[in-house]
Formats: sequence, C-alpha cells, structure tokens
Amino acid sequence: MARLSEAAVKQIKEICDRYKDENTPLMMILSDVQNEYGYIPLEVQEIVSEKTGIPVAEIYGVVTFYAFFSLKPKGKYVIGCCLGTACYVKGAQLIIDKFSDILGIKPGETTEDGMFTLDALRCIGACSLAPAVSINGRVFPKMTPDSVEKIVKDYRAGVYA
Amino acid sequence: MIKNLEQLEQYSKKCTDCLEAKLKGADGKRHVVVCGDTGCLASHSGEIIEKFEKMIEEKKLGDKVTVNRVACFGYCSQGPFVKIYPEETTYRAVRVEDVEEIVESDLIGGKIVDRLLYVDEKTGKKVVKQDDIPYYEKQVHIALHGCGSLNPEKIEEAFGEGAFKGLARALSMDRQAVIDEILKSGLRGRGGGGFPTGRKWQFAYSQPDGAKYVVCNGDEGDPGAFMDRAILEANALTVIEGMMIAGYAIGAQNGYFYIRAEYPIAVARLKLAIKQAEELGLIGDNILGTGFSFRVHIRLGAGAFVCGEETALLNSIQGQRGMPRPRPPFPAVKGLWDSPTIVNNVETLACVPYILREGADKFAENGTERSKGTKVFALGGKVNNVGLVEIPMGTTLRELIFDIGGGVPNGKKFKAIQTGGPSGGCLTENDLDAEIDFDNLVARGSMMGSGGAIVMDEDNCMVDVAKFYMEFICDESCGKCSPCRIGTKRMLETLTKITEGKATMEDLDKLEELAAHIKANSLCALGQTAPNPILSTLKAFKNEYIAHIVDKKCPAHVCKALMHYEIDKETCVGCGLCERQCPVSAISKTDYTAPGHKLPSRVIDSDKCVKCGLCMASCKFKAISKK
Repeated sequence: MARLSEAAVKQIKEICDRYKDENTPLMMILSDVQNEYGYIPLEVQEIVSEKTGIPVAEIYGVVTFYAFFSLKPKGKYVIGCCLGTACYVKGAQLIIDKFSDILGIKPGETTEDGMFTLDALRCIGACSLAPAVSINGRVFPKMTPDSVEKIVKDYRAGVYA
Repeated sequence: MIKNLEQLEQYSKKCTDCLEAKLKGADGKRHVVVCGDTGCLASHSGEIIEKFEKMIEEKKLGDKVTVNRVACFGYCSQGPFVKIYPEETTYRAVRVEDVEEIVESDLIGGKIVDRLLYVDEKTGKKVVKQDDIPYYEKQVHIALHGCGSLNPEKIEEAFGEGAFKGLARALSMDRQAVIDEILKSGLRGRGGGGFPTGRKWQFAYSQPDGAKYVVCNGDEGDPGAFMDRAILEANALTVIEGMMIAGYAIGAQNGYFYIRAEYPIAVARLKLAIKQAEELGLIGDNILGTGFSFRVHIRLGAGAFVCGEETALLNSIQGQRGMPRPRPPFPAVKGLWDSPTIVNNVETLACVPYILREGADKFAENGTERSKGTKVFALGGKVNNVGLVEIPMGTTLRELIFDIGGGVPNGKKFKAIQTGGPSGGCLTENDLDAEIDFDNLVARGSMMGSGGAIVMDEDNCMVDVAKFYMEFICDESCGKCSPCRIGTKRMLETLTKITEGKATMEDLDKLEELAAHIKANSLCALGQTAPNPILSTLKAFKNEYIAHIVDKKCPAHVCKALMHYEIDKETCVGCGLCERQCPVSAISKTDYTAPGHKLPSRVIDSDKCVKCGLCMASCKFKAISKK
C-alpha cells in the first residue's frame, strides 16, 4: 500500500479540523477529501479515524455506500453519461455503450493510461439537450454515437486541455 | 443591520423602489438578463454573457446597460434566453454570434432584432414579451418566482419582491396560528408523498420544548426532475425564509439544508444568501427584535438516491450510511439526533412565505378540492417544449403535454407519460383528461412524486422503460431490507429475460406476485414503490409484455435481442454507403438490382450484425428499417 506524503497527511488533518465544531461532520469531511484529494483510500480513512475517533470500519462503510466517494483515483477526464429518464428515452444507452466500446472500459472504470473514467450519471438537469454528456463539468448536448468518437479524439488531442 | 420590523419595512421599500426602477426603466438604464442554468450554459450562455460584457465595455455603454446572469427561464428547449428590461424584449435560442447584433441594433439603435423573437406556431406572429409566449400562458409562478427575472446573487432584488415579509407576519402571530394558516392553505408536501405540511408541523409543535430541527430536503434524485435546483438557484432566500417560518412554528432554533452534491451552483447561491441574510441580522439571534433565534446550516449529499427518503436523509446528516429507519417513531417525534424534526422539500418550503405573505386563501385559489396551489413539473422526453412548468393543480395532462408541451415531435404518436420518477408510473391516452392532483394520479396508478414528467412516443418500448427504472432502483436500493434488496434484483432479472425473449408467461405471473410482496413488505417508500413502474406498464401495456414473451417481438423495435435491421431491396439504390459504415462488415452486395437503379442492392447478414444502427442512420434513401 502506498504511503501518504507528509503534505497529504497535513491536508487531510486540516480538512478534519475545519469541521471540529460541527455535530457529526463525517460526510462533510469525506466530501472535502474526495474533492481535494481525489479519492479516499484506506490510509486516508485511517487518518480521519484518528482525528475524529470514528472507527475505520464505520468510515469504510460510509465511503463505500455513497456513489460520490471513491476508493480508487479517477481519470484525468471523468466522462459522465447522463442516464436520467429524459436522456434514456432519447437513446443515452447507445451513447454510453459507444464510449465503453471506444475506451475499452465499463462504466465505473478508468482507462489504463489514467486518461478517462466512464461514469453513468443520474439526471444532470440538461433534459432539453438530451442525450447529454458531462466531462469534467463541460456539458456536451444532443450526443450521437458519431459525436462520441469525435469527443474522445478531441480530448486525446488536447483540444479541451 | 435590520433590528426590527420597522427597519425591515424601510429596507424592503428601498429595495422595491430600486427593483421597480430597474424593471420599469426609471433608473434610465437598460438591463440585459441572460439565463445561466445548466441547459443554457451548455448552449454557451456563459460565453454570451462574456460577449455582452466585452461589447458593452467597448461601446462605452457601462453607465447605461447592466448584464445579469439569472436562473432558469423554464423553457429550456428554446434557450438560451436573453431578456432586456424595461421593454421585456425576449430573445430565444441566442448564439454568441448574435450578441453583436443585439448590442448594435437593440441596445444602441433601439430596434428589436426580429429574427431572434419567438414565433407563435399557431398564428405565425412574432412574440416580443416572455409572458405572451404560449408556453407561459397557463402557468402560475409561485415556487418558481424569480426564475428568469431576479438576479439571484443580489439579495436586494429578492427583498424588493417581498422577501421576509412572510416571516415578519409569522413572527407577529402565535405559533399555533402560523400552523393553522398552513393547514388552511391546504399545502401538501411537494417532494413525493403529498402529506399535509401543516399536520407534519403540528406533530413537531406538540412535542415537548427542547432541541428541534427543520430539515430541507434538497436531495432531488428523481432522474429527469430539476425543479428544486432551479428554485434554489433562482431564489434561495425564499426557501430559507420558508424554513425559518417552519422553525418558528414548531419551536426549532436550527435548520439544515441537505443538497445534492451534483448541484454546485445551487449550493453556492444558498451559501451566499445565508451569508447576506446573516450580515443583515435576519439569521442569528433575536431576529427582528422578537426573541426568535435561528441558524441555517448546509450539508451535502454524496450520490445516494435513497437519501431522498427522510429517515435515510437524517442518517446521512448524522454521518452514517443513508439507510432508512423504521417508522414509527416518525421524525416529527424522534428525528435528527433523536430530537423532533420536520423534513420538508425545497418546493414545499418555497410556497410557505407566499402563504404567510399573501394569506392561505390566496394560495388556495388555485388547485382542486384536496390539492391546493401549484406544482412544478420538469417536462421532458419526447415532447416539443422541454423545460420547467409551474401549473395550478387541476390542470389536465392533455393541457400539460399538448398545450404547454406542444405535443410529440416528428409527427409521432403519444404513447405514455411517466410521472413520479422511479416510484411513479406510466399514464396513457386514457388518462389525458385527468386533472393533475395528488390523489388523482395515485388513483390512476402513478403518483405526483417530485414532478418529473417524461413523455414517451410510439418508439419507446414500455418493457424497456420498466427495465430502465428497475435497474435504477436495484442500483439505488440501500440493501437494508431483503424484500427490496433481493426482490428488485429478481424483478430486474425477470425483466431482462423478457427483453431478451427468453421468458415464459409463468415468469410474468411470478413478476406480478413478487411485485405485490415487495410493495407490502419493504421498509421504506423506495422499496414499497419499487414495483410501480412494472405494475403501471403491465396494467396499460400488457400486450407489449406478451409480444416479447409469446411472439418474441419488441413492437417498438427497441430490445436488441428481439429486433433486426433490414434493407428493402426495392428502395436500395446500391450506393454502398452502409456497407462502408458497417463496423463489423455485415453488409454485402446481392445479385439483385432493383428496377430503375443501376447498382445491386445490399443485404445485412444478421448473424454478423451487432445492431449498432449506423447503417440506418447513414442511409440517405430510407431503405433500411428496424423489424
């Protein structure tokens, strides 16, 4: 298991301190860790446990319950295919299948080069643009299998870097 | 700092004058408002705003024109919207390239840019003002108030429209009288169940004094619904005010917002509104000198649908897995940190200040006998006008889909409307004239839910739709109780079998039996309503299930295992485009050339075909179809 750098340990302890006056702050701590550190591996959970007195088993239970928390690092670009109802009835399944096909990964997985993570999202509220895809917050409207190919190519070529 | 009622009145008056001057043009300026909601942002409204700002600086219009980013106009399929006050000229589907013309022609030349106006399809006439667009005609904006007009980052504008007047009135009343007012208004919970809000408050009120909490449920998880986000982004202060009125009524000193982590803009606006209200002294100790103290906190969700269930939500705030608790005890008796707690949805709380400000009777003017007021729907799917719609209860589904929604696109036939999300059901042609209210929708096998309304046409397979929802529920089941954890998995397996043409009629009977058990025995509403998508589609579309099982056919040609692509050899001109497009080389020449054509027709080898549909999409002669 990789050891955490001193800076990382300090950062995580700082996050825990932010909420020391709050009642039951575990979710807030984990959200910040996820946002700032990118994922919540076991070593990080141990530090949170030390700081808060909450058993690691309980923290692990919470981390694995919520879709937003991840035990593994995500790719540089997180491709979120909206599979909300409005997108689904307009063919969102074809879009995510196409990404899956091109990248050779299943939803929830990350490509070996660490470039892309493919995620299925529930409604992102862009129903007028269905089917929609959100990549690192940038929304691509009215997707087709053809545009999937172009987007992957563009990201690989650094168009959106 | 606003320390008493008198100061609030003075402040509100100042804000009202300021806002009126802005909207009516008395300040001698013109104000450009641009939609900055998710849908429009994806259509480059952010760049539109930047371009306006840049051009206004270039043309030195800075002291005559302001640019404002506002929340969702609601008519998302026509976005991005740009509106100019005081004339209220409304431009739709604006592109970055159009900004220059708007600035030159309208802002400088005073001439409306005709080509960007909305065109009324029935009359062919151009419509200048937003309110005159037919989409808005049947709507009444109470919860969505401020969408498309107020600048959500300037709290003064909300005060200009009467913010905190509802709270001020509540604070002058006896606590029981506030609850009575809510009871009288007939307000029912907008988050799904439709439980009378006043009764919920009454339970919490009647608990002994001590720590009590108000929780705002902003964990909007229903796929296809985004009204709570729009409300928070447009006018977070109203929701805060609603929460504070509830807090005063039940005797709570603290309120918690639980918001989906997927809504960063809503959270930012909410934080800003809380900070600004704190600075004004309207959140904190001894509010308006009445002795009432209240503090507002924010907690974020982390992507678990079940946290929309109130007891699961409370567990999540308490830093635990979001699993429901058995009820009773209800949260009103034993909720957050075991103290009496009321959990109200965002839209519900957004209605509360209106009721206190304008009176219960005014609120109850809209609606049916048992469902008062308005409801926001997120209209989507196969419908021309996609967006947020706030309509009086009692509006019919036909009015919603055809008058407001503009009907089904591409001349396709309406098949069903799904309401209530994964807990709801599908309504059909036969239900179109039903008045929308809580009880009517339930009686017809669906429910109001949080207000998702997805229209489906003849190209949607209802078994596939049921399977889609079951995948969702199966994924989101928290796993605490076995009827839901195991039952939804078994239902999904059976549905998959049906869509693959491997099921028997016996499976269908088992599915119905299982559905009844899950409904009766699950711990929380997620499980209890999980079979609804199956039961409602079975009720109206049993023939489709039977077609999959007995005839091994998917009538809508959606289920991949039960459909194939075919080239009509008479229509095919032999251009070979499909052959070149096919990723698996499943298309080849035949030795037949249709009369009038020069090249031989193509044929698909269904053993090789992966059913990607590229051939059909590429054919310019419509020779390829699904069978």
